[in-house]
Amino acid sequence: MSNDATLHNQDLAHHGHVEHGHGNGHDGHGHDHHHETFISKYVFSMDHKMIAKQFLITGIIWAIIGAFFSVLFRLQLGYPEATFPWLESILGHWAEGGRITAEAYYALVTMHGTILVFFVLTAGLSGTFSNLLIPLQVGARDMASPFMNMLSYWFFFLASVIMMSSLFVQTGPASGGWTSYPPLSALGDASIGSKIGMDLWLVSMAIFVVSSLLGSLNYISTILNMRTKGMSMTKMPLTIWAFFFTAVLGVLSFPVLLSGFVLLLFDRHGGTSFYLSELFVQGKVLPNEGGSAILYQHLFWFLGHPEVYIIILPAMGMVSEILAVSSRKPIFGYLAMVGSIFAITVLAFLVWAHHMFVTGLNPFLGAFFVLLTLLIAVPSAIKVFNWITTIWRGNIRFTPASLFSIGFVSTFISGGLTGIWLGNSAIDIHLHDTYFVIAHFHIVMGVSAFFGMFAGIYHWFPKMYGRYMNQTLGFIHFWITLVGAYLIFWPMHYEGMAGMPRRYFDYSNWQSFNMFGGLNQFISFVVIIVFATQLLFVFNFFYSIFKGRKLTTPNPWDATTLEWTTPIHPGHGNWPGEIPEVHRWAYDYSKDGKDFIPQTVPVSPDESKH
Amino acid sequence: MLTMNAQKNKIHPHKYSMWIAMASITMMFIGFTSAYVVKRAQANWFSFELPAVFYVSTGVILLSSLTIYLAQRQFKARNMSAYKQLISVTALLGIAFAVCQIIGFADMKDHGLPLNKTVSASFIYVIVGAHVLHVIGGVVVLLVLFARAFRTRVRTYSAVPIEVASTYWHFVDGLWIYLLIFFSLAR
Ligand code: HEM
Ligand SMILES: [Cu+2]
Repeated sequence: MSNDATLHNQDLAHHGHVEHGHGNGHDGHGHDHHHETFISKYVFSMDHKMIAKQFLITGIIWAIIGAFFSVLFRLQLGYPEATFPWLESILGHWAEGGRITAEAYYALVTMHGTILVFFVLTAGLSGTFSNLLIPLQVGARDMASPFMNMLSYWFFFLASVIMMSSLFVQTGPASGGWTSYPPLSALGDASIGSKIGMDLWLVSMAIFVVSSLLGSLNYISTILNMRTKGMSMTKMPLTIWAFFFTAVLGVLSFPVLLSGFVLLLFDRHGGTSFYLSELFVQGKVLPNEGGSAILYQHLFWFLGHPEVYIIILPAMGMVSEILAVSSRKPIFGYLAMVGSIFAITVLAFLVWAHHMFVTGLNPFLGAFFVLLTLLIAVPSAIKVFNWITTIWRGNIRFTPASLFSIGFVSTFISGGLTGIWLGNSAIDIHLHDTYFVIAHFHIVMGVSAFFGMFAGIYHWFPKMYGRYMNQTLGFIHFWITLVGAYLIFWPMHYEGMAGMPRRYFDYSNWQSFNMFGGLNQFISFVVIIVFATQLLFVFNFFYSIFKGRKLTTPNPWDATTLEWTTPIHPGHGNWPGEIPEVHRWAYDYSKDGKDFIPQTVPVSPDESKH
Repeated sequence: MLTMNAQKNKIHPHKYSMWIAMASITMMFIGFTSAYVVKRAQANWFSFELPAVFYVSTGVILLSSLTIYLAQRQFKARNMSAYKQLISVTALLGIAFAVCQIIGFADMKDHGLPLNKTVSASFIYVIVGAHVLHVIGGVVVLLVLFARAFRTRVRTYSAVPIEVASTYWHFVDGLWIYLLIFFSLAR
């Protein structure tokens, strides 16, 4: 549907009286492309599919930057004695003599975490696929409010610009870690990264929160309100359930983070002492009294923990869908899957203090958080069991998407198991703030969520661009990334168990960890290879947009869901004619001798039950 | 066509979005007030009386809830001039509310409680300030509705915008009552 039709929809939404009548009118010509300008089609687009691509490509750019930062600081960790003159030419005085300075190291680590957690795995992942798939899979012409959806992207863009600009200010970007704990983050004099870089970080993140809220609001109301006829909640594909609960998590937890940021901004500029008390900076006594730095941790982790599920749930949803499609079998335990996503969502709000076991938290209270934390293992295990049962004896079609989905299950198990160690407060006293935590969350969140995202990109690329990505490059990408990720993060468990703390710039003078010198070198070496492989993926992505093999059928994977009933290049409005009606769930694979039955096919009387 | 009709008896998506947005805003204030509770349980908590003008502002915002309710009724009765009057009164009451809160801040400052002296007072400034911003947001929405009521080219019969606006208005009203009770009980 063309742009004026979108505007029209806007009007319709405001003057609900004519809504249904007009909506019908649009059903007829959802596909004509008259007077669409470059700006309205590619820049300020209100088409959810275009917005999805905007999120994706912005996310890819951020991912390259964020991952490149990790290469830089891994050079320092792996080769602390070496000098790399080329570093000075790109980083200037931040790498005088070819060696990264301590300040630069902390800035790089902080930006790496912030970029990957928020800009890539939240906006890039959920922003892309919620936008692309929600209207397509529930059978809607667009989001509940296409305008707000567009705003959501542009707020994200603005947040990106501000975060990016912080890389270029004289005192550098924020450098107090992705969690930005006060007092370091509250006191401009505490470190150079706590100066203007920290302000830009906070402003950028506040805008990011707004973007995320606008997006989530839309996702929820679209899923609840705009489903096509017959698409009852229990007929929705698991992707949609996952996006739904992701949005719920976001809507309820991001505002709390925002309140934490507001208090932090006041501490920085209003002279208040919410988080500050009895401090000395550079020999001076500060006037601040009565605050508590721990307060920030409560506010931060009340978002921070749900945030990790905001990242992983969309990946889980897509993996469920892709595993069913590629093993030609119905998903095992559909309702149990929905139930466990729900349980995870509820529990996600009740476990934040497991990040704070060693902050002097009352041990009695800690015991409750241990219990609730370990409870998360139950729904997680149910999901793992169901994925494995889904592919068990399936007729698996190995594609890059299905391999990445299987890889997801593997890394999610490996990383989830170490969560159970950390969730015990007694063990956590030893493991907290060591490389064990780094290993845990990179495997369970970083790698798994990326695998989910890669799976999603390979699988839905044909829907986005009408072309395939190159399979061979995809296989190479998968195997090197899988093996590489384990080689990078597995050894970190041992470093952590030996007590090697995270967030140190240089371990070489530390006798007890000298034995890890060679290991650190090895890890850094693998990092470089894996990074190069990701560039291969990026090449494949952009090359395939223009030169990839063209689709000849609208349903390349023989899938049942609605997005494959749209034309190869759907216009704004998605279906040229009426929106199809749905008659069955999304997982009728290998049923009654048929390979698959699309959701739009009516149930015949002699059909067996699933 | 059927597909569209199927959506007829559901809640309008914009109303839905408003409810979710309200849940979200509520969470933000829960964040603030829990921070307050946690902080209060620790040492060095300084408690003081709230400025009296906060009770005046309470009256003002309660009254404005009534006027917006009436505005919505007049709109449905197509009494457009009464409607316009009532939403402008509501917007004015919203501004009056904001002014009262600012007077409250000045009052606190005069009594030796500036923004940056004690944490308990800082909380009042920040939380009440955040609430005032939400009221002002509502005033802006009312001004938009007011301007729209004058458009002659497009006639609007849909009550959805005014319904959404008034839901929001009652919500910020309720939020203030909650905050007032909260501050009075947990000083
Ligand atoms: C079986 C389920 C899980 C349990 C019991 C668990 C438990 C924990 C605990 C106790 C910590 C704190 C460790 C410390 O700082 O000392 C932690 C850290 C972390 N977990 Fe998990 N976890 C689980 C699954 C996950 C999942 C699924 C994700 C993400 C998708 C995740 C992401 C993280 C992150 C990002 C951190 C570290 C944050 C930081 O300190 O920078 N965890 N986990
Ligand atoms: Cu956690």
